[in-house]
Order: sequence, then structure tokens, then C-alpha cells
Amino acid sequence: MTMKYIDEFRDPDLILKTSNEIHRLVDPDYHYRFMEVCGGHTFSIFRFGLQDLLPKNIELIHGPGCPVCVLPMGRMDEGLALAKQPGVIFTAFGDVMRVPGRQGTPLELKAKGADVRMVYSPLDALQLAIKHPDRQVVLFSIGFETTAPSTALTLMQARELDVPNFYVFSNHVMIMPAIRAIVESPDLRIDGFIGPGHASAIIGVHPYESIARDYGKPVVISGFEPLDLLQSILMLVKQMREGRSEVENQYSRVVPAEGNVAALKAMDEVFEVRPLFEWRGLGHIPHSALKLRPAFARWDAEVHFTVDGVAAAEPQEGQCGDVLKGVLKPHQCKWFGKECTPEHPVGALMVSSEGACAAYYHHVHLRQMAGG
Amino acid sequence: MCLAIPGQIVEMLDGDHHYATVDVSGVKRKINIHLLKDQGIQLGDWVLIHVGFAMSKISEEQAVEQLNLLSMLGESEEAMEEVKGYQFDDRQKV
Repeated sequence: MTMKYIDEFRDPDLILKTSNEIHRLVDPDYHYRFMEVCGGHTFSIFRFGLQDLLPKNIELIHGPGCPVCVLPMGRMDEGLALAKQPGVIFTAFGDVMRVPGRQGTPLELKAKGADVRMVYSPLDALQLAIKHPDRQVVLFSIGFETTAPSTALTLMQARELDVPNFYVFSNHVMIMPAIRAIVESPDLRIDGFIGPGHASAIIGVHPYESIARDYGKPVVISGFEPLDLLQSILMLVKQMREGRSEVENQYSRVVPAEGNVAALKAMDEVFEVRPLFEWRGLGHIPHSALKLRPAFARWDAEVHFTVDGVAAAEPQEGQCGDVLKGVLKPHQCKWFGKECTPEHPVGALMVSSEGACAAYYHHVHLRQMAGG
Repeated sequence: MCLAIPGQIVEMLDGDHHYATVDVSGVKRKINIHLLKDQGIQLGDWVLIHVGFAMSKISEEQAVEQLNLLSMLGESEEAMEEVKGYQFDDRQKV
């Protein structure tokens, strides 16, 4: 691999300086393991080949912050069962369209005649419901705190406009319970976290304090540019060198300490926390996901439609869970690049461009195959 | 997609300031600005857009950097497709 993009980066000199500073400050006898939680960071790291600018003894572990990657197959099956019901228009973001359930993907279902439509915004789905009053429009919503406020505001608008034929099937999850599950996982050692950028713009800086305080793991909230990520890694290295474990905000130009109060308020009005939710690869995590409050039951697909009994146990799927937790690298999965490719994904990590497997496939595997 | 899209507010669309028109690299679309109402969002401001909603107020310099970042990541086209794809713009009063 080469750093062919470095000249295009903003501040290439500062990038090299930061890289040199990381090399100077690391303990050469220690193997660092930092997790970038967010899939956007994973994508950026692979795309820019940032690992090449780091010392060999800093290992980046790719975290669970990719919404479709952590969506369990059971939820896909339930969603697709809705899509098959007569009169239903099933809507979802583009990433969801290629995620396999037991009986195929939403796109494949569409090819068989189901009314499946890709939307770019939850507001698009609401608009479809307004335009088609004779149909039942289901939004299969996914995402962390970055997206949940948008779904919440869309539901508030459905209430305001009294739209009777709009339903949300909520798969919204929260980033903190996932980080906590990873910190508490016995088979995983992480030295520090590169905190997500845009989810943190919503939740703010304070929720991470328990990770730093109670588990002794430094957290640095980071932007997405090469320089952002390198600076964040340097900040993590410095914290460890100085024996600190604190929450630092490298992305303060977008992430306010208190988060986005209006977004948190909208989420709180519309959603409540589920007692338990299944994450692909991570298993069941208590208090980790959001469902509609009873006040919004009228628009809750899980209340309006019967979906019980559709979900089955997670089938044996390569080793997605071990990759998600960073125990295995993508290419160490037995299916990687063979049964499971971006064209024919078996596991969800291969679907989204933010998934560790797809990112690794495009930016490492293909280049190696080409002798690059 | 975590990589938000930068745009500039070029028109306020209703008295309550739920909606505004943004300009993203020359493409104009309606977006929801409710989440930034408390921050006194106004004409000419730059914002980061995610799934049809303005999520954060940013500086013009950051907007340019974010566009560069999308371009370096090879995501510009996808971002423009998203903006062009918003279908909720029927100019309804909400």
C-alpha cells in the first residue's frame, strides 16, 4: 500500500508532523489497540490508508458503529414479512436494500413483486403515505443517534398532520450500550476509543465520561479527515503515556459538549428504551435500542402489524460477531472474499461501505490481488 | 451514511422555521431545520445535512473542507444523489 492520497490531504505537512509525533511518543514495547467506533471512521481509515502513517504497534479495531452491520437477521425477517403484506409500501434507506434476511434481501423481494422503495429521508416515507392514503407505508428505520432524531421528528410530523397510514418499524440503537458491551467483553482488549463524530454531535461529550472514569479507557471524539483521525490517535497515545483516561473532543467544531438538545428532546418525546435488543454479532444487549412510546402506538409498525414468530435464531454466519468485536480481522473470516463479497454479501459487514469487511475488501484485498 | 453533506441555507420556507431551502454544490433542495432552531439558524448559514435534516451549524470553511473530504472519499456523487433524491419537497405548509 502506498499513501498516494497524501498530497491531496489538507495540511499534508501537519499530517506528517502528527504522524512523526505519534511515532516518537509510542512505547515501542507495547501493542496498542484502539477502536474506531464509527463506520464512517472505518471507511475513512481504509480509504486513506491511514494505517500506513501509524507505527506498526498501533492496531485499529473496527467497531460496531455501522447501522446495517449490527442489524440482526431476525429484524430483517420481520421487516420483510411486513413488506409481503398486501397494501404495504415498504421503505428503507439504500444500505438496507441489500441486507440479507433468511429469504433474501429487500431488493430481491422487490424483484418478486413486493412494493419496496428506497428513500433518502424518513420524510420521504411520510410523504409517500400522504400521497397514497389507500396504502400502508412502513418505514424500516435504522441508525444510531445520528438518525434517530430524524425519525422522531418525522413521527411528530405524522402526528401533527394526522397521517393515519404511516408506520415506523424502529431498529434504532444507541452507541453507548454498544461501547459498554465491548469494554465488558472478556475476549477483547481495547486501550482507547476513537469516539464517533456525528452521533456525538447529538449525544454530546458527557455520556463517554463513564467509559473513561469507570473503565479507565481514554476516549477522543474525532472528525473524519485524515488529520482529524491522526490527531485523535495522537491524543489517545498522549493520554496513555501520561497515565490519563479522559474524554477529549477533537471534533469540537461540530460536536458541542452538551450535544444537540432539540434532538435529544425529540428522541425522548417519541422513543423509549427497549429492555433488550439483539445486535448482530454482539448478541442481546440490555437497554440498547429504541422503540416508539405508547403515545405513538398508532404509528408503530410493531403494534399495528403482527410480526411475532417470524424471527428465528441468528443462523451461523461466517464469523461476523468476531469481526464486529475486533477479535478477528475481516480477512481472517473463513468466508471473506469467497462465499462473502460486496457483490454477494452473506454478512451485513460486507454490505455497507462503512462495514469493516466491505472497506477492507475494497481498499486492501483488491489492491493486494492486483499486486498493489 | 455517517458522512454528512454540507449545504448553505438560501431560503427560509415557513414562519416556524421547520424548513429551509439549502444549496448543495448548486443543487437546491428543501430540508428540515428544526434541530437547529434553538441555535438561531438564519439565511446564509452553513449546515451539515443528514437524511434530509440539518444536524449541525458549521462555518463556511468547514463546509468547503467537508466537500473536499467527500470528494477525496469518492462519495461526492452518492451525496449529491441523496440530496437530489429527497422526495418530500411538495412545498406543503407544516
